[in-house]
Amino acid sequence: MTLTGSLSRLASRAAMTFRKVWLFYYDGFRNMTIGKTLWAIILLKLFIFFAVIKLFFFPDLLGTMFDNDDQRADHVRKELTRPR
Amino acid sequence: MNDLTSLVDWSRLQFALTAIYHWLFVPLTLGLSVIVAVMETAYYRTKSEKWLAATKFWMTLFGINFAIGVATGLILEFEFGTNWSNYSWFVGDIFGAPLAIEGILAFFMEATFVAVMFFGWNKVSPGFHLASTWLTGIGASISALWILVANAWMQYPAGMEFDPGQMRNVMTDFWALFSPIAVNKFFHAVFSGWALAGVFVIGVSCWMLLKGRNKAFCLLSIKTGGWVGLAGMLLTMYTGDGSAVQVARHQPMKLAAMEGLYHGQKGQGLSVAGWINPDKEWDDDRDQYLFNIEIPCGLSILATHDLDSFVPGIADIINGVSINAEGDTVNTVPYAERIVRGRMAHESLRKYDAARAEGDTSGMEAAKAELAANYPYFGYGYFDSVEQAIPPVGLTYVMFRTMVYLGSFFLLLMAAALFLAYRPEVLERQRWLMWTAVATVPLMWICSQAGWAVAEVGRQPWTVQDLLPTMAAVSDLSTSSVVLTFWIFAAVFTVLLVAEVSIMCRTIAKGSKSDLQKVNA
Repeated sequence: MTLTGSLSRLASRAAMTFRKVWLFYYDGFRNMTIGKTLWAIILLKLFIFFAVIKLFFFPDLLGTMFDNDDQRADHVRKELTRPR
Repeated sequence: MNDLTSLVDWSRLQFALTAIYHWLFVPLTLGLSVIVAVMETAYYRTKSEKWLAATKFWMTLFGINFAIGVATGLILEFEFGTNWSNYSWFVGDIFGAPLAIEGILAFFMEATFVAVMFFGWNKVSPGFHLASTWLTGIGASISALWILVANAWMQYPAGMEFDPGQMRNVMTDFWALFSPIAVNKFFHAVFSGWALAGVFVIGVSCWMLLKGRNKAFCLLSIKTGGWVGLAGMLLTMYTGDGSAVQVARHQPMKLAAMEGLYHGQKGQGLSVAGWINPDKEWDDDRDQYLFNIEIPCGLSILATHDLDSFVPGIADIINGVSINAEGDTVNTVPYAERIVRGRMAHESLRKYDAARAEGDTSGMEAAKAELAANYPYFGYGYFDSVEQAIPPVGLTYVMFRTMVYLGSFFLLLMAAALFLAYRPEVLERQRWLMWTAVATVPLMWICSQAGWAVAEVGRQPWTVQDLLPTMAAVSDLSTSSVVLTFWIFAAVFTVLLVAEVSIMCRTIAKGSKSDLQKVNA
């Protein structure tokens, strides 16, 4: 058995597996009834969470305000030790 | 200071809102996955159509809940980065590790096997399908494990060392995260999910019985849901008892708040019903209750499993009397001294910062040693007075009783429903019981949320026990921006909840009219 033959068989098996998995999900999604509504809700929800809420209202505060971890540590040290 | 109070309050309120909404979906996922898996196991063994129909019906309801609830927990992670950035940095590695593992391991496990569970009928072998159903439930529980491990660390910080250079706690022992508190908390939360799902299944089935539909299916569901729910409730009570012992040892102030207890004694009674005196101060002589009925020695048994043991009250704890890890009464550092030592820790940190700026290595080492000596009281340095270390007593007291009384009621209800499910002719005559089961469904969520309120309100004012109070953990944001996002979340989550309830109701009504008739055949 040559190396090329083995690789070719392996590639063919991988392609078949990939096709099976693809068809499994494709058929699953196509035959959904109530699932279609649920997927619409999930996608809308994820859009609101990530494209609206996260983007406009919830920045990673320390990540965006500072360039490196030393600056972030300095900021938090000052915040946590400032006299109250 | 007013603005800070307002900012802290709104940030806490926002976190509470999102956590409450998230927890509406999670326990039903945890419990219903087990009930569905049990039903499918019965189908796998018997090949009976009635088990298949029951599995598919409850699996659909599980799917609705899973789909609506999925990713609602992400909002909490957004809030950590924005509203609680000081906290997130302070605990970074320790808190981040469990959450990252949760995201990678459990989420993908759930996502993979949920697909097989819903799309895999007639496409994969029955054994593989059954395994996927079980693995979906196990995956959901593993997700909960990592979140609860992270939460338990906040209540009992262990396995870390504070590094003033990085200004964060660094993990030194990963396995210390799995403290007895974490393990107990995990099982308590997961089993309570089983109980919640049991009540849900019984309530929905009773509604169908009241409508005169699908009698055989309903009885089958009541039996399965009843056994899982009853086991869940008994195990929840058992782990709840373990929680009480651990809270007494590691968070005695929380236990004192749960009881509204200011001055403890040996053979301390347990308040069965009462009302906390809202004017009571920790250091005055007013009565702690406006009225109270108690079980003699009950709290001593609950806290230490010893009839005559001493249980400290709020005033005792503030004055330095507590229970150690072995359950013995010990003298600890009084709170007034903790405040002084906490401030010394802050001063050491400032000295460390100044020495670092000057490149003074020996000064840094000296400051670090000073800091280490007082670090266990770091969080107390933020308080002006000892009163600030007392949690909201009235709310914790009421929530604890709400949880316990409703839990006990569910135990009786599930036992009665289960008993009568084996005597259907009697059950059908007890319409009041069936209506009670239907009306009980929303109460289960109130019970579950009350449990979380005890755990989280009772540990105030801490985000990390003894180390970081909420007032220091919060980011310096404008209050108005937090108020705005609070209302956005309130609107989005309410829409999701309405969607879930309406889709579920429609599915239940439709299922009860058609698909399940074959079970009666």
